[in-house]
Amino acid sequence: MTTDSYALHSDDHAHDTASHGSLKSYLIGFGLSVVLTAIPFWLVMTGVLDDKQVTALIVLVFAAVQIVVHMVYFLHMNTRSENGWTMMALIFTVIMVVIALTGSLWVMHHLNTNMMPMHDMSQMP
Amino acid sequence: MTIAVAPSQNSEPVFHLIDEHEHPEGTSTMLGFWLYLMSDCLIFAILFATYGVLGGNYAAGPAPKDLFDLKLVALNTTMLLLSSITYGFAMLTMEKSQVRATQAWLAITGLFGLAFICIELTEFAHMVHEGATPQRSAFLSSFFTLVGTHGLHVSCGLIWLVTLMTQVARFGLIEANRRRLMCLSMFWHFLDVVWIGVFTFVYLLGMLR
Repeated sequence: MTTDSYALHSDDHAHDTASHGSLKSYLIGFGLSVVLTAIPFWLVMTGVLDDKQVTALIVLVFAAVQIVVHMVYFLHMNTRSENGWTMMALIFTVIMVVIALTGSLWVMHHLNTNMMPMHDMSQMP
Repeated sequence: MTIAVAPSQNSEPVFHLIDEHEHPEGTSTMLGFWLYLMSDCLIFAILFATYGVLGGNYAAGPAPKDLFDLKLVALNTTMLLLSSITYGFAMLTMEKSQVRATQAWLAITGLFGLAFICIELTEFAHMVHEGATPQRSAFLSSFFTLVGTHGLHVSCGLIWLVTLMTQVARFGLIEANRRRLMCLSMFWHFLDVVWIGVFTFVYLLGMLR
């Protein structure tokens, strides 16, 4: 009885860790990331769009999509592996990263704009 | 009183000892390594935040536009992307237990990684030669810290790769080596994900500033 459940368990674990991709999924991931890398570089290098803000926004969106593509096709992220614990850890990390990044940028931006006007560094000898 | 109670406690069946079975070696390694990667991700998040805050403070020194060569960065990105897909091929051949093919793909991955490091070091050397050292401005300090930390990770990955190739050459694709190769696979692809952030935030947005 106990050996049975033991064998079942180890079988379970083996299935958990064996979430590899196939040749097809690797090639799809590679193709997508080539396109998702090439377009932002092309946008910035040629300066097709006059508005820099719009270009920056598009570049950021492409980066976000490419990160998801890498996560799915190269790192084989899914909600099932390790009983969902990898996904839980990822979600927690993403929340922490978002708080750290937006918090720092937001606070420091306000600090900068509320500073007393200082002497212009570029005018210094 | 206590003596009277003790026997009745002992006579109760102890369930947890039966349930507690030995886990096969390495079953939790993947999850543990994933947690390490997530904590590494936090390190990079802090470095990105630092760069985001300090990235505009040039101290009348060189700005991204004066320093960055996007063609070189594009070449670098290509190297890392190619190394990612070749590592994927190494994992696929590993599953088919083809030792020679796995070794070949790992070697190609290593060469692409080495090319990445060499290009990055050339870029750094060029910048330092122009006087854009980490001491020059807050922008350059945070730039070298962020990009340098990523480069250091890739260098460590290369050392790890060579170590594993030696392991596979000596012991073949045994269970332990497969597990190690899978860990390095996650590490390598994770570094590629971080590089997406680097080339977007630092290089592309830096040129748009």
